[in-house]
Amino acid sequence: MSEFPMAWQAGLQGGLLIGFAAALLFALTGKIAGISGLVATAWQRQDSAAGLARAFILGMLVAGLFATYVLRIVPPMLPNIGLPTLIAAGLLVGFGTRLGNGCTSGHGVCGISRLSWRSLAATLTFMASGIVTVAVLRAGGA
Amino acid sequence: MKVLSGFICGLLFGLGLVLSGMTDPVKVQGFLDVTGQWDVTLAFVMVGAIAVAMPAFIWLRRRAQPVFAPSFKWPQATQIDGRLLLGAALFGVGWGLSGLCPGPALVSIVQGGQDIVAFVVSLLLGSWVHDRFFRSA
Repeated sequence: MSEFPMAWQAGLQGGLLIGFAAALLFALTGKIAGISGLVATAWQRQDSAAGLARAFILGMLVAGLFATYVLRIVPPMLPNIGLPTLIAAGLLVGFGTRLGNGCTSGHGVCGISRLSWRSLAATLTFMASGIVTVAVLRAGGA
Repeated sequence: MKVLSGFICGLLFGLGLVLSGMTDPVKVQGFLDVTGQWDVTLAFVMVGAIAVAMPAFIWLRRRAQPVFAPSFKWPQATQIDGRLLLGAALFGVGWGLSGLCPGPALVSIVQGGQDIVAFVVSLLLGSWVHDRFFRSA
């Protein structure tokens, strides 16, 4: 037994927890755990859906604090792509996830688990464009 | 109870992201680097998440209502159209450039630093620009 879990075991365990949290949210509240949608709801609306979304996001922030200050997980480095490119990336993620109605969680985890062809198509599309983007970055020396 | 449920699920979801490695942008880029030094480990995150969520959703499909709400909000859209594919493609470019999707970006913002704050602010701005000017009728 090694002291630290192998990377793939950690990935699998984390994945199980992500899937459990998404299923639990739907079972308790009837709301799909799609982060891009929850963020937009939390930020732009003022009803009970916004209250739920804000509570979920608060939970995620507390998880980040717990990981940093209790589990002492060293914050990962962001890729060295320069601030303007990082801002462009943020705009693309924000705009694209709203236009496409979901991100890695809503389409990738919940949508595929619901056996939605639409979500599978979205997931394959953002995986493909992510793969091409990283290939271009690498070709450019990043 | 609905709000408390939201908080607890968000906490578990966030811890899952950290534990799985999804909050490490370098790892995410390694996962997308299929044509180079491919790091396959994040595929296991997807496998793990779907292994739990798929049977759960199939079971919940037969239930009338959630525990603390009157009805399940099952997504109604089924159409694979230009908006879906263009949106997903744009998201993929931003994801590939930064190694960050919305969940991990939120979890990581508590660590502070100019870069992650700038990323999340831009994400919120991009989301707002869509909803303000490009929302479908």
